[in-house]
Amino acid sequence: MTLWFVFALMTVAAIFAVLWPLGRGARPDNQGSEVAVYKDQLAEIERDLAAGLIALPEAEAARVEISRRLLAAAGSESGLVLTSSLKWRRAAAVLALVGLPLVAAAIYVPLGSPALRDFPLAQRERGAGSGMAQSLENLVVQVQQHLEKNPTDGRGWNVLAPVLERLGRFDEAVRAYRSSITYNGESAERRSDLGEAITAAASGVVTAEAKTEFERAHALNADDPKANYFLGLAAEQDGRKDDAANIWRALLAKAPADAPWRPLVQTSLARVGGGVTMPALSDETIAASKEMNDGDRNAMVRGMVERLATRLKQNGDDVEGWLRLVRAYLVMGDRDKAQAASTDARQAIAKDSERLRRLNEGLKTLGLDG
Amino acid sequence: MIAEAGHYALVLALALALIQSFVPMIGARLRDSALMNVARSTALAQLVFVGASFIALVTLHVNSDFSVANVYENSHSMKPLIYKITGVWGNHEGSMLLWVSILALFGGLVAAFGNNLPLSLRAHVLAVQAWIASAFYLFILITSNPFLRIVNPPIEGRDLNPVLQDIGLAVHPPMLYLGYVGFSISFSFAIAALIEGRIDAAWARWVRPWTLVAWIFLTLGIAMGSYWAYYELGWGGWWFWDPVENASLMPWLAGTALLHSALVMEKRNALKVWTILLSILTFSLSLLGTFLVRSGVITSVHAFANDPTRGVFILLILCLFIGGSLSLFAGRATSLKQGGLFAPISREGALVLNNLLLTVACAVVLFGTLYPLAMEVLADFKMSVGAPFYNLSFVPLFVLLLLAVPFGPMLAWKRGDLLGVTQRLLAAGVAGLVVIAIVWAWTRGGSALAPLAIGLGVFVIAGAATDLAERTGLFRLPFATTLRRARGLPRSAWGTVFAHAGLGVALIGIVCETTWNTEYIATMKPNDVAQVAGYDLKLDGLLERQGPNYREMIAQFNVSRDGEALSVMTPSKRSFTTRGSSTTEAALLTRGASQLYISLGDVTAEGAIAVRIYHKPLVLMIWWGPVLMAFGGVLSLSDRRLRVGAPKPARAKQRLQPAE
Repeated sequence: MTLWFVFALMTVAAIFAVLWPLGRGARPDNQGSEVAVYKDQLAEIERDLAAGLIALPEAEAARVEISRRLLAAAGSESGLVLTSSLKWRRAAAVLALVGLPLVAAAIYVPLGSPALRDFPLAQRERGAGSGMAQSLENLVVQVQQHLEKNPTDGRGWNVLAPVLERLGRFDEAVRAYRSSITYNGESAERRSDLGEAITAAASGVVTAEAKTEFERAHALNADDPKANYFLGLAAEQDGRKDDAANIWRALLAKAPADAPWRPLVQTSLARVGGGVTMPALSDETIAASKEMNDGDRNAMVRGMVERLATRLKQNGDDVEGWLRLVRAYLVMGDRDKAQAASTDARQAIAKDSERLRRLNEGLKTLGLDG
Repeated sequence: MIAEAGHYALVLALALALIQSFVPMIGARLRDSALMNVARSTALAQLVFVGASFIALVTLHVNSDFSVANVYENSHSMKPLIYKITGVWGNHEGSMLLWVSILALFGGLVAAFGNNLPLSLRAHVLAVQAWIASAFYLFILITSNPFLRIVNPPIEGRDLNPVLQDIGLAVHPPMLYLGYVGFSISFSFAIAALIEGRIDAAWARWVRPWTLVAWIFLTLGIAMGSYWAYYELGWGGWWFWDPVENASLMPWLAGTALLHSALVMEKRNALKVWTILLSILTFSLSLLGTFLVRSGVITSVHAFANDPTRGVFILLILCLFIGGSLSLFAGRATSLKQGGLFAPISREGALVLNNLLLTVACAVVLFGTLYPLAMEVLADFKMSVGAPFYNLSFVPLFVLLLLAVPFGPMLAWKRGDLLGVTQRLLAAGVAGLVVIAIVWAWTRGGSALAPLAIGLGVFVIAGAATDLAERTGLFRLPFATTLRRARGLPRSAWGTVFAHAGLGVALIGIVCETTWNTEYIATMKPNDVAQVAGYDLKLDGLLERQGPNYREMIAQFNVSRDGEALSVMTPSKRSFTTRGSSTTEAALLTRGASQLYISLGDVTAEGAIAVRIYHKPLVLMIWWGPVLMAFGGVLSLSDRRLRVGAPKPARAKQRLQPAE
């Protein structure tokens, strides 16, 4: 309510600013004129002459020139008399009384948010219950502020890191895990958590940096399930299916029967099968390839990949095709070719923004352009 | 409530500006004093409302009210108070609000102190001001509203761009805007004169202080910006021919020309067309500068907030005002009364030459700024126009101008004697030549052009001194008389001397810095010693420190010369967590006019750090020059006396040229 009262007062003040001069009578105003300027200039010449700044003949010439201007100005000014037009003054007054509030309202109402109160920092710190959304993000900010002041609080980093990871802020999570290790000391669990965050930040690719962390965790505790799982994944992504399968098999063998991550490892193991699949290709192909020996299989896969590449070169509209090709190259361990293919793909469908979006998403999940 | 009241105040200012746009115009047509006086009270009320709106935004920033989107995006509760305040204009919306606040300030000043103006002229001037103001209020409210709210306010803001968290932000933009926007007054005066169809010496008298104020602030603003770039960006460069720097240089060049031709008009009633055209041009270039910075058509260090959709709006304003004023000019210019006559060799003639050189230089900069843009749009071809282009085009023009500068003030009005002036400048010329010889003999290195350029600088300074000596009769008259005459000399004459000498000072600084600057780039470990230009800089060590909203790594250097310890320099690198970016804080050691400059690079794995050390001889003179120029401007501004140009009477019959 106060706000509307303030608005009303301000509007009245604005209207008054327009009405005030209109209300004053047509009394002669003090105003400057050209004549005054030229008279001053003539006086100036006398002063300069007296100070010895200009010589007499020059002063004389200047006097003549200015007098000429003075006469001209006096002639043109004498014809101007002030009038007063009551009709127009009334129109202006109406404009101020009606037009001004209307314009102000018409502009303010769609833009302003009169229902919102101010939220200065001081008030926010006094009480959280003041309608401020206590969202997870705000809590994170509070913890971050606390840690900014006390960066050695290891427990704080321990709490913050997983939350950040869950919120999808992987880069910050990586930093938080690092600080946690610095201030809490290292453990297999923290190392593998850090590795996981790095992997997540790289969109699921176990980078060399992440792998180092898992290896450290593994060195600290050879049975750490997370480290083992990701080391297997690293092997898979490097194209070493057999190694991956071996790691995961060993992990499952040692795992308690009710471990919540069992299904995940089993699925992964199934994915690498007997250590023979190329996930890029369709089921029939995989079925067919199962009957071949290694050399033949590789030759077949390469042939198919090449056929796919040629087809896409002629008709580049197929987003899924491109993604399959990139994935195939990645699985074959040929990252350069994968990069090149994704560049080609972008060029091929650059005109179609919807497809481009799908492509970019797909590439992201593959760990390119993370 | 503060946010909404500030928002509403801005809306009311727009409503008042709309009324101020045409009610006084009607009043002037009907010669009704009450209607004309509406301009005055609305201009003052506008100032009050925009001022309130600006103060509201400052308060919101200081209180860290993150329910306002602008505050959330550009502030942080941990930021030091000074940056909370300067952060108000460290972003697009806030800086536009500062822009209109200054516009309203100038309008309010004309309304409050324009008692010496004829009523109709004041009404017209304020009406034109209101047109500009309305356009920009609309722009702010529609496309860049600083008062938009967030329903669920976040608890912490996103912080201000770290590069802008510097004291420079407190000074540079307000000064620059006072300059840019100040020229709107001369623009309004020019349009008012065209509408009224009257322009004469009196007009020039009235517009003089406004142009001077704008020019002083623009000069200081550009110099300040250049010094800021020099110490903050960490490269030791002070001018990059960046489009945004060009955008501020162009109004300065045109404004300088305007200042000089308005002078001729006040004193001699000549150069009317020049003056009007330059008034329009100067403000148009200020608007163009705003467009270039705010629209995002260019990428530069200044592009902290840009948005193409806003560009279209500003482009529209630009076309409206430049197109409209130039068509008005085309329609009315012929009806302007013919001014005074003068011979080609005369003070007026010299000032025409000055105008020509300045406008051509301005056109060159304009070309260099817009050509790459045009190429990119039309031919899809990216290019940049840099220092080589300007060295070949802008520099020769300025050399010509500087050669002519000492002659101008010494020529007589109406008809001058070039030979006589040359004789009187002989001493200055000789001083220049002697300095060239000395510098040549002393250095024997660097560019052969450098001693010549320094000689030119000395010639300009000595020329200014000669002018002063001539006016006071130094060495000709008894010393007491000289002293008396010096006291009696108008302050504007002293202003001329300082401003012109400032040009020479800046030139010497520029030449010395670019020719003899030494650079040392290396990776240093603690206890390493770098030797630069006779100084020994020993890296003592690196230490970490926690700032209010950043963490800082400081390198400590012990500086000594010939075994004598001089000082400790502490350049640092600050990393700001909220924006995840870092800045380089260079350390400067001033020795006379020269400076040692250290800025830090990255730390290598072995604990060594990359450093760049520069020794910049006489670098400070680059900024002393503009400060001297601005001081000259202030002297001239403080001189309330009328300006009269006493013509030299004809001895024999001479053929005279028409003024334009």
